[in-house]
Amino acid sequence: MLNAYEVNTLVYDPELCNGCAMCVAVCPHAVFEMDGRLARLTNAQACMECGACQLNCVTGAIAVESGVGCASAMIRAALTGKKEATCDCG
Amino acid sequence: MIDISSITSQPKIIPTTNRLTARNRWDHFLARVGVKRSEHRVEPSLYALGNPTPDSPVFVSANYTLSFDALRSSLEGVDGYILVLDTKGINVWCAAGKGTFGTNEIVLRVMVTRLGEVVQHRKLILPQLGAPGVAAHEVKKRTGFWVEYGPVRAADLPEYLKTHKATPEMRRVEFPLRDRLVLIPVDIVQTFLPTLLAAVVFYFLGGWISSLAAVSAVFAGIVMFPILLPWLPTHNFSTKGFMLGGLVALPFAVSAFLRHPDWAWYWQGGQALEFLLAMPAVTAFLALNFTGSTTFTSRSGVKREMFAFIPAMAWTFGIGILLAVGLVFVR
Repeated sequence: MLNAYEVNTLVYDPELCNGCAMCVAVCPHAVFEMDGRLARLTNAQACMECGACQLNCVTGAIAVESGVGCASAMIRAALTGKKEATCDCG
Repeated sequence: MIDISSITSQPKIIPTTNRLTARNRWDHFLARVGVKRSEHRVEPSLYALGNPTPDSPVFVSANYTLSFDALRSSLEGVDGYILVLDTKGINVWCAAGKGTFGTNEIVLRVMVTRLGEVVQHRKLILPQLGAPGVAAHEVKKRTGFWVEYGPVRAADLPEYLKTHKATPEMRRVEFPLRDRLVLIPVDIVQTFLPTLLAAVVFYFLGGWISSLAAVSAVFAGIVMFPILLPWLPTHNFSTKGFMLGGLVALPFAVSAFLRHPDWAWYWQGGQALEFLLAMPAVTAFLALNFTGSTTFTSRSGVKREMFAFIPAMAWTFGIGILLAVGLVFVR
């Protein structure tokens, strides 16, 4: 297992897309592209699960389990018995 | 008598400029080396940059000095308003992840600053990296303000403001050498004491070579790793770290043979193995922790990495240290 980042939790249902292009605007890794009136998921592997697209999708066409992709935050959460990792960096 | 003027009058608007002073730069330096990490704050409020009119653009920022100063210093010659949210002194991206740079805080801040009475238009320009905390349609519904996501980097704002359209390059987050380098000082400061302690312990265990090995493994993890990140093979931070740590451990392993020509081969090999097992584990662990500083590791990916490689780190480190201690007593 040399690439733990090959798959992620991003799911997209093009049937619900209204073509607002918000997902294209907010994604820092160009995961979505506009194809005429619809958004297309063209680079799913680059997703870092920040959750911006899901939060800004009015029609709920996008779902992703977003969270902090930070090992030290998760280790801290595990050690202190917290369920969700939060980052404490500046 | 109740003084109602404080309720009815417009809340204060703080004047600011696009010039960074020596004091600002000193503050940035302290933030970068991790001194008083949570105290690099600006007051959450509405700021007037230059001489704005009711038609001037409104930019939204975090109340972390590095965020606020990056924004205002990029807006040379621009008159506008800056709405600073209360993100508890945290940068835009991390605050958005926590939700403090978020829909609720924007709605609240628009209300308490009475932004609707200050400007005639109904548009907020947000940094794109604030989007993980903000639902643009929610802000519109609750405040009447449209959210427009500007570029990732404040430096691209002047170009962006000409057309209010971001190019694909402006939308994409990169992680160039410069951005990686500025992260190193904080990690050096934070690991300094534990590393010093380890160096002292290892000095008594195996002399100055062992001391140097401990420092080198940490140095590889917090200085060499961020610099070499894009060029180290494989995607996983752990495997990248294991490889880098292995490379750094090699000279130490070789030294075990050179320094003790009179030892039996298995004693020499045993000592070489200490370095080859314990050092890469330390470097790999520090490398894995660097995932939080990057702009591209997903939560599910980091989780998979942790489950796959932390046990390996613990085992190799443990065996390496046991060997080191064992050899001292057995030989």
